[in-house]
Amino acid sequence: MSDSRKKTKMVPLPSQAIIPERDTAEKPILEVHRLGINFGGLVAVEDFNIAVGRTEICGLIGPNGAGKTTIFNLLTKVYQPTSGAILLDGHDTSNMNTAQINKAGIARTFQNIRLFPTLSVEDNVKIGLHNQVKYSMATGILRLPRFFSSERRARERAMELLDIFDMTHLASHRASSLPYGAQRRLEFIRALATNPKLLLLDEPAAGMNPSETEELMSNIEKIRDQFQIAIILIEHDMRLVMGICEGIAVLNYGKIIAKGTPEEIQSNPLVIEAYLGKKKGDQ
Amino acid sequence: MGRLRLKTSTDNLLTYGLVIVAYVVIRILIAGGSISSALQGQLVPITAYIVMAVSLNLTVGVLGELSLGHAGFMSVGAFSGVVTATLLAGAIPTTWLRLALAMLIGAIFAGIFGFLIGVPVLRLEGDYLAIVTLAFGEIIKNVMNIIYIGYDASGIQFSMESTNALQLGEGGKVILSGPMGAIGITKLSTFTAGFILILISLVIVLNLINSRAGRAIMAVRDDKIAAESVGISVWRYRMMAFVTSAMLAGAAGALYALNYSTVVARKFDFNTSILVLVFVVLGGMGNIRGSIIAATVLTVLPEVLRTFNEVRMLVYAVILILVMLVRNNTTLQHLFQRIGVRRKKDLLNGEKGDDA
Repeated sequence: MSDSRKKTKMVPLPSQAIIPERDTAEKPILEVHRLGINFGGLVAVEDFNIAVGRTEICGLIGPNGAGKTTIFNLLTKVYQPTSGAILLDGHDTSNMNTAQINKAGIARTFQNIRLFPTLSVEDNVKIGLHNQVKYSMATGILRLPRFFSSERRARERAMELLDIFDMTHLASHRASSLPYGAQRRLEFIRALATNPKLLLLDEPAAGMNPSETEELMSNIEKIRDQFQIAIILIEHDMRLVMGICEGIAVLNYGKIIAKGTPEEIQSNPLVIEAYLGKKKGDQ
Repeated sequence: MGRLRLKTSTDNLLTYGLVIVAYVVIRILIAGGSISSALQGQLVPITAYIVMAVSLNLTVGVLGELSLGHAGFMSVGAFSGVVTATLLAGAIPTTWLRLALAMLIGAIFAGIFGFLIGVPVLRLEGDYLAIVTLAFGEIIKNVMNIIYIGYDASGIQFSMESTNALQLGEGGKVILSGPMGAIGITKLSTFTAGFILILISLVIVLNLINSRAGRAIMAVRDDKIAAESVGISVWRYRMMAFVTSAMLAGAAGALYALNYSTVVARKFDFNTSILVLVFVVLGGMGNIRGSIIAATVLTVLPEVLRTFNEVRMLVYAVILILVMLVRNNTTLQHLFQRIGVRRKKDLLNGEKGDDA
């Protein structure tokens, strides 16, 4: 398994970039070469190639079961890829585990929200700051001066982040007591708190009404501009995807069937076929 | 804002206050002669059980893993503590210092065992982890039953066969005698020492919970995958909680053992593990003050119930069941809330519209 990963040769970059003209001057933040995984013979993802610019917002779309979330799980090492290589900021991630991937700069949200339900909103964000504001266990137990200064810093930072989504007034509430939309936003904030270079959003607009989605779109762009990070999002809401994504990759049966700008994707016959099926008589 | 934090710290102060007030009151009662000698004999065991309950709450309530072998760590702490105290008898005449060192060594040994057990156990979760910890407790008990330790002029002697195999020279003394347990212990433990150990474990556990490491432990409890996704090393923080819990149990074991002239390994069996677990469950998972109260009440209760004679354990069981029913009755909980008895859980909820 690991042998095949090591043997993989680097494929020249332009072939992977979703939109070749973007960010070409700089090294891409994420390069994925021939990524694949099979679960006991079932090929879930195969020959997945992608390159993402440093401040690019790109979309990963496709019908249900196409393998979109599996890609996120591979990028964050929840699953170990059976083939291919993932380079984050030019560094190989094959020996990293999920926690190390996060430290290296990938943060994510989950399709079915995964907060720390029994803890407060503030603590959820502070847990996101785990590797940003550090002090030892002994410092915490002995309540050394460093504890107080670090905790103050963590609290200030948590409030700043919560303020992005106007959630500071909810800081002391239990995470599980928040309404659905706020839980999604909190998960987003928690991911941001880890100071990522690349943010993976798994269906951020799920369960949101059109006006909430509108707000989310502007927030995603705002966060990209403010934090200067790249964002990959999985989304079924085409208005959101077409509205804010600069590049889109379409996945079907674990393979990329199309890559390009929103306009290119919308008119791509393969994409239309994957979503709507073939026209009668076409064969 | 900040209300939750404020309330957690007042909550903790209340816990410290409760322990200190209880200590002072009991001291006064002892001075006034209004505590029976039977109950006075229970004071050190009660403090040891409180520390056991508080430490197990760290594993069960805060880390969220069911451990059924907590008495095993108590056992390791007890016997290593006794050996330490006996060996140091000549070198350190100050009894409190000897006791402190015995508890420290007990904690360290239990911590080492906690780490060794943790390596395989913390790969498991839920029921599997519970079963392996149960097995650990039983293994420790049986291992302690075949260990013989003694010392003489030529140093410490160790055997796994019998006291004769120790081949102690002139003036030699047996410390551990297999199934007979530790014998000829000099009683060092005092109620005050137990009280100080409770305070130390409270400082450790409560400060740990309200710190970066504690948040990481609770994050792992709530959702392992999410915790990993924000860069928390799940293994590391589970181990941290498990070893800390084991160390406190070890110190409690040393305190407990040094309160008697003999201690046998059977004392720290499955029943003891379950008893401590009952303290934790009854007091409320993650509720440290609840553990303290439950440990105290349930240790004193059998003594108080002596008047019931044969049906003593029946009454004890009925009381346990009743308390459980009351604790889980939502109607009664609402009633308690209305009359001002507020649980920690509710503090966390916060009220809507009262944000500033």
